[in-house]
Amino acid sequence: MTAITGGGLVLGFNWFSAEANVPEVISGSAMAAGNIGFNSFLSIATDGTVTIMSPNPELGQNIITSFPMVVAEELEADWKKVKVLQANLDNKFDRQLTGGSGAVPHSWKLLRNAGATAKFMLIAAAAKQWSVPESECTASNGFVLHARSGKKLSFGELAEAASKMPVPTSVKLKDRKDFKLIGKSVRNVENLKIVTGKPLFGMDFYREGMVYAMIQRPAFGMKLKSFDAAITKAMPGIIDVVSFKNNVAIVGKSTWEVLKARKLLKVDYEKEADLESTEDHDKLFLSLMDSGQATVRRKDGDVDAAFKNAEKVIKGEYQCPFISHSPMEPMNFFADVRPDGVELVGPTQTPARARAEVSQLLKIPEDKITLELTRLGGGFGRRLKNDFVTEAAELSSIIKKPVKLIWSKEDDMTGGTYRPAVRYRFEAALDAAGNLTGYKLRGVGINSGNSTREHNFPSGAVDNLLIDSVEHKSPITTGAWRAPITNFLAFAEQAFIDEVAHAAGKDPVQFRLDLLAKAKRAPVGEIRYDINRMETVIKMAAEKSGWGKKKDVSQGFSVYFSHASYVAQVADVIMRNGLPVVKKIYAVSDCGQVVALNGAVHQVMGGIVDGMGHAMYSKLSFRDGVADQNNYNTYRLIKMKEVPEIETHFVDNGIDPTGLGEPALPPTGGAVANAIFKATGKRLRNQPFIEEDVFKTVS
Amino acid sequence: MAIYKLQVNGKTLQADVEADTPLLWVLRDHLGLVGTKYGCGIAQCGSCTVHVNGSATRSCVYPVSAVGNSQVLTIEGLSEKGDHPLQLAWDEIDVAQCGYCQSGQIMTAAALLKQNPKPSMDEIEVTMNGNICRCGAYHRIRDAVKLASSKI
Repeated sequence: MTAITGGGLVLGFNWFSAEANVPEVISGSAMAAGNIGFNSFLSIATDGTVTIMSPNPELGQNIITSFPMVVAEELEADWKKVKVLQANLDNKFDRQLTGGSGAVPHSWKLLRNAGATAKFMLIAAAAKQWSVPESECTASNGFVLHARSGKKLSFGELAEAASKMPVPTSVKLKDRKDFKLIGKSVRNVENLKIVTGKPLFGMDFYREGMVYAMIQRPAFGMKLKSFDAAITKAMPGIIDVVSFKNNVAIVGKSTWEVLKARKLLKVDYEKEADLESTEDHDKLFLSLMDSGQATVRRKDGDVDAAFKNAEKVIKGEYQCPFISHSPMEPMNFFADVRPDGVELVGPTQTPARARAEVSQLLKIPEDKITLELTRLGGGFGRRLKNDFVTEAAELSSIIKKPVKLIWSKEDDMTGGTYRPAVRYRFEAALDAAGNLTGYKLRGVGINSGNSTREHNFPSGAVDNLLIDSVEHKSPITTGAWRAPITNFLAFAEQAFIDEVAHAAGKDPVQFRLDLLAKAKRAPVGEIRYDINRMETVIKMAAEKSGWGKKKDVSQGFSVYFSHASYVAQVADVIMRNGLPVVKKIYAVSDCGQVVALNGAVHQVMGGIVDGMGHAMYSKLSFRDGVADQNNYNTYRLIKMKEVPEIETHFVDNGIDPTGLGEPALPPTGGAVANAIFKATGKRLRNQPFIEEDVFKTVS
Repeated sequence: MAIYKLQVNGKTLQADVEADTPLLWVLRDHLGLVGTKYGCGIAQCGSCTVHVNGSATRSCVYPVSAVGNSQVLTIEGLSEKGDHPLQLAWDEIDVAQCGYCQSGQIMTAAALLKQNPKPSMDEIEVTMNGNICRCGAYHRIRDAVKLASSKI
């Protein structure tokens, strides 16, 4: 990081530290020597330019804009003079990652504190110069002002003097009613680079002398037996073909030469584990559903008695396939393993973990490894795992060259780390009045870990409840996929609640509100969601969507709490040529304080499109450990003509931010399926919906 | 290998490559024009869209030997200062999430507007439907094309 030089005020602070965060002034000489004990800083140059580091990997969640907005808000900076830099991996970061919708919630107070500290130092410098009390000075839009005398100095003019002022140990943060940037629409700071095609992404990184490589990997359950690379090696531009672990790597002078030569590689694999197919999984789901090997996740009251005494019992089973993250930018990383150290460059959601894994693999201490973050062409959880980083590093260490490892789209789609395939069985017991007296959920998942979220709604609202799960271990690898587990569980649960409300003869919205009222009145066991926040989004979504008042559309309701935020959605469905069409989705989100409004709207809209797209169209099936789908011609993603209109609303409650990268996705499948039920009388219980009967035209 | 002289963004550039090398990889690996993206490699996603004699073309399946004297336009050549009406609209509407597909989206839209400066929403959707945005920024892509068309 050489962008900060010379005088001015440079404040360093540890915005990932959980401890009290008191910024310190960094001297010019320490800065120049790179001797900084901080994981981030903001600087105010003598020309008034404010530079703010954004440490988290940027993959489209807009953190590179929203983090600096929070700092600039408290600083009272002129946003036009704010420059944002992507920080590289720093030794001191303890949450430099993108995942779990956690960046803004985690850093909110630290960012504000950093901005406010700088502001009060600028004010102190001005007050000293003018010999007036600090309390009479204010900061606004890049200036410190003294209203009584009409004196005014710019941040740039004050920066040098401010750097010599003592650092306040506690600062007063702004009242949210005075926010000028936070909650407003501020555009993505990288827009110009994106629309002009500047080299921002890992795929775009180039280093003189680097070679290109791709890797041939075995199917799930297979291992490498032997390979014949004679023809491949003789192809133009091919430098080498090497093998490590179960990989055969083709190294060449350009991407196309590697792609072309790779097709001529002869590789023999042998069986190492079971070669599983989707057919096997379908059978496994059914047998494991009835197995007694389930791990109990939550148990309240006496479920057996509740079901025995029930007036009515409702059951529903729901199943989803594996899906791929398939971000637009394929996996790739640059690695240069030299005797003096390792240089890594590229897109990862978890840079610290990547470095640790490379360190462990190559037995090179972490302080000899640098990692430069590029912008990520999407992540969705795929780049939480760093297999492509360790592959690049291992390959570079073998061929002793700087190498750019690229996964083709086919490599990515067949390479694992999928959203696990899961089947759920729900059972509900109703009494004569239609009250939910018993509730059972069993999740059976393939490499899913705990496929339930046992403390989520309706836990706490039902007297007798049992939630358990069964896991099948498979060679087909899985990983976190945007809103892990809840990306499908929410659909299944919200579709089932709709079935139960229907069976109880109650309005689905009122049924949910009644459950929440029960949880408030007579809570059962632990409740980890905020009943009031959930109630608010439900009521607001019903109101905004005209729930129960529309004659020309069929509506479906869904609400979900995930990560730490609440989103309720209503889908409007019409019938066209005998087929259901989703016309519109209303979303009411409570993510606490919204930071960048247009970015937040975008996260909700993108989450809904993502949730609906994958529920409707996407699936990976397997035959003997090989995925049937390997690119966008066979693996279907949602397209422009298929997206419904989306109307977004936010609850303005002043709660500190609770995250928004994921929470809008989980409720969508349920809203869509429930609206389609209303329109057609058919329940959708399996994803992708497009394979269900309601989407098949009658010929 | 053979030397190909290509007309790219109004300049003559040359690359020594195999005849079947897709234009995408010539642009990216040999000419340093990385704004054109690799997404799927089989003409399914549109991330690699460039103009060949004004027509939106999937460069990932377009061999360099077919380019001849055609004029190739990439995102880097769409405007000198990033101020093509589409680029301005993309900023104004804040279209990008991850941003990876956007140069292909813009080039597809630019070819449409050149041919049909005032497209209907339906015409926009039909044309843009072949470009995948994994982040799901479709509403803003559509609105930005409309906005740009209103300023041409």
